[in-house]
Amino acid sequence: MSNWTKICSTDDLQPNSGICALVDGKQVAIFYMPKLGEVYAVDNWDPFGKANVLSRGLIGDIGGAPMVASPLYKQHFDLKSGQCLEDEEVKLNTYEIQINNNSVEIRV
Amino acid sequence: MNNKQTLVVIGNGMVGHTFLESFVKSEARDQFNIVTFCEEPRVAYDRVQLSAFFSGKTAEDLSMADEGFFENNDIQLHLGDRAATIDRENKTVTSEKGVTISYDKIVLATGSYPFVPPVPGHERDNCLVYRTIEDLEKIKASAKDAKVGAVVGGGLLGLEAAKALKDLNLETHVVEFAPRLMAVQLDDGGGAMLRRKIEDLGVSVHLNKNTSNISDGDDRFHKMSFADGEELETDIVLFSAGIRPRDDIARDCGLETGPRGGITINNNCQTSDPDIYAIGECALWEGRIYGLVAPGFQMARIVADQLSKGEMSFTGADMSTKLKLMGVDVASIGDAQAQTEGALVYAYQDDAEEIYKRLVVSPDKKKLLGAVLVGDAAGYATLLQYKLNEIDLPEHPDSLILPGRSDESVGLGPDALPASAQICSCYDVTKGQICTAIEDGNTTVAALKDCTGASTGCGGCSALLKSVLDCELTKLGIEVNTDICPHFPYTRQDIYNLVIVEQIKSFDELLDKHGSGSGCEICKPAVGSILASYWNDHILEQSHLSLQDTNDTFLANMQKDGTYSVVPRIAGGELTPDDLISLGQVGNKYNLYTKITGGQRVDFFGARMEELPLIWKDLVDAGFESGHAYGKSLRTVKSCVGSTWCRFGVDDSVGLAIELENRYKGLRAPHKIKFGVSGCTRECAEAQGKDIGVIATENGWNLYVCGNGGMKPRHADLFATDLDKETLIRYIDQILIFYVRTAERLQRTSVWMENMEGGLDYLKSVIMDDRLGICAQLEEQMTHVVDTYQCEWKTTIEDENKLKRFRHFVNSDDADTNVVFVQERGQIRPAREEERTLAAASGEI
Repeated sequence: MSNWTKICSTDDLQPNSGICALVDGKQVAIFYMPKLGEVYAVDNWDPFGKANVLSRGLIGDIGGAPMVASPLYKQHFDLKSGQCLEDEEVKLNTYEIQINNNSVEIRV
Repeated sequence: MNNKQTLVVIGNGMVGHTFLESFVKSEARDQFNIVTFCEEPRVAYDRVQLSAFFSGKTAEDLSMADEGFFENNDIQLHLGDRAATIDRENKTVTSEKGVTISYDKIVLATGSYPFVPPVPGHERDNCLVYRTIEDLEKIKASAKDAKVGAVVGGGLLGLEAAKALKDLNLETHVVEFAPRLMAVQLDDGGGAMLRRKIEDLGVSVHLNKNTSNISDGDDRFHKMSFADGEELETDIVLFSAGIRPRDDIARDCGLETGPRGGITINNNCQTSDPDIYAIGECALWEGRIYGLVAPGFQMARIVADQLSKGEMSFTGADMSTKLKLMGVDVASIGDAQAQTEGALVYAYQDDAEEIYKRLVVSPDKKKLLGAVLVGDAAGYATLLQYKLNEIDLPEHPDSLILPGRSDESVGLGPDALPASAQICSCYDVTKGQICTAIEDGNTTVAALKDCTGASTGCGGCSALLKSVLDCELTKLGIEVNTDICPHFPYTRQDIYNLVIVEQIKSFDELLDKHGSGSGCEICKPAVGSILASYWNDHILEQSHLSLQDTNDTFLANMQKDGTYSVVPRIAGGELTPDDLISLGQVGNKYNLYTKITGGQRVDFFGARMEELPLIWKDLVDAGFESGHAYGKSLRTVKSCVGSTWCRFGVDDSVGLAIELENRYKGLRAPHKIKFGVSGCTRECAEAQGKDIGVIATENGWNLYVCGNGGMKPRHADLFATDLDKETLIRYIDQILIFYVRTAERLQRTSVWMENMEGGLDYLKSVIMDDRLGICAQLEEQMTHVVDTYQCEWKTTIEDENKLKRFRHFVNSDDADTNVVFVQERGQIRPAREEERTLAAASGEI
């Protein structure tokens, strides 16, 4: 298991929205929901649109579960599991992420 | 030659054409070659709307035939050639131009001609009739040197003709022989109220006037002398004193005709020769001529059926009618004059509001026999259903016409109607047909219109259609959930009202007070748009940023590979050569694919997110502003070059387009909004296919609303004519804000209009008569939006905080390696997957 990598400071997070980080050559979408006090990290790659865009999707919840909607073709992905809600065979990778003294840290 | 029979249709007016439309859809179509003679130089057009010719509609607008109708349906059309004789022995029809056709069956749809009373002087110049487009062109030509016009005849057509004269800005008189206007349809009280309202509009009405002579006038071209010794001087005399059936061709070949004209028909619409049918205003059934289009259409459908299945027959028609004469609502149902023995009358008259209503009921007060409505015909549909379906009246029938003084609902619930009840009289659609369509899944008014045709004619039944829909959905147990999404149990319009009433300024505040959860991609942008159109804050302010779709977030349009396109505003499509050079330089500098859009501007593609602020810095420095191509907001105001250069132009369309685009730029709406402004009726800007269309006329601007191109084209509705610029802008201001406040999310104006109860008339009454009392609010909101406009890009590039988002990685300055371009036709385009693989293999990326 690799160590936690510092990505950015918490000031760089966009409340209720997403940013993208480059971690070991991988593009990771990071979402911050301040009301829940949660940060989520999933692939930035949209497997339907075939482009690196998921960090630019709108987030919210479906039935209480946090989700992101693809900005290209509007599929929904569960932010905790990476599961696509429209196609059970499609699942994003999810990554461990934490906030440590104003730093956002990730483990890929 | 084939062994088909030949069907000759004589006359291509409204009824003749309706017959062709019905017949080509029937099973018998393939058994016949169809030949039709049309005496007029153009095919069938909507004569009922004839006076619209003077308020902006063209002959093409009025046409009833779809382009290519005759070719596509293999109908041999003889245009501008009158069928002159029928030889029944040899079974041939010969035309004026000498064409002879052998027939097996004939349908006579020769219509009628205007009756001109044989008054001495009736053949003088500038004594005209009102029936065809050619007649209108003559009237228009005569009106050029005229100041005064008089219509002989105060019936339905006479008042239409008076409107035409009024539209030509003539001092207008109506001369009627009878003691009241619309003597056939109204009673004395209704006629008097109609007279009063029409005189308010500046038309003089002269009743009990028998014209005895027309001679040279002293001050004007003619002097009309009346039997009572009075005189009237006028430049034009327009005869509209009734119609006479055109039955000469039938009479000449020995078919039976009535003593006062009309070709006698039986219940199958057959004449005395079973191979010859007659329909419409030339036909005489049981001694009656039906001078309205609806019975003519009915006969047309019956003959189409007779030639194939032979199941339908004509058993008379209801002559009830509702119309708008010079903006005055008038309706007449059944026995309006209470001629039935023992009939009882209820009447209501309100001189202040100029409303008159009268009910005629059976002696036992159980059934409605007739009604007259003047000034307010809203109750027509309900009353007509009582009459046609013989539904029992409420205990106090007068409650149907008295203004609502109690909470008791007097409307007729749609549940009370039998399945056979006719909901739409224009297209003969019954309640049963509508219910079937609903069961088949057509659960919106727009879908029902599309599928059944109901309410696509005059639109008078739209409220009834909606109530049938609501009632049926409830019965089917379909709960119509109009909530915007699971986070807010409200419609978009409800949310708008909450924002206004509680002065809510952010999504979080709205969610705390009225919603649940975290929101989603449905409610967030919708609320973002509502807040933007009401408060007009910058959409990238921290509290609004997370509500925006990616296009709004990055103020550009995301393309399939995650790059963006950039569209600077080019108001009205006007730009200087220097502007064009600046645009070229930006395109070159950032190596962008460049294309002209349908909205007369330039679109740059292939911009990476991190390049957007740099590109916009250059564009803003060159004097450009955001074009809002990324927003659900005003896109473009397309214009033709207008009177400045064009030899046909009548006004400065480019100037107006630029003014309108600059006024409404930045306004957030439920969906995108497009305008068009044309400098003359040639309509090169295609304004009638836009949300808001403006066309220059000799006397100002005509305003069209709720048109659409794209997937489902909709011809815009003519909202108002000959407006000065100030009124035009006031109307557009209010219509746009009314749309912004009341439409569903992502609903274009065209669908908004299709679903609006009461349709165009309702929208007119909201804006022109301020029926909801909100015009001042609407205007105030638009003024606020206009006054607080900012170029979203200019503000953004000046704000470090807002610029923070414009980098692909939060922790690296690298670019997205998945974005790869190749060259095509001298410009970049995104690489296809196989090209990308190739490039990667050769080590290029």
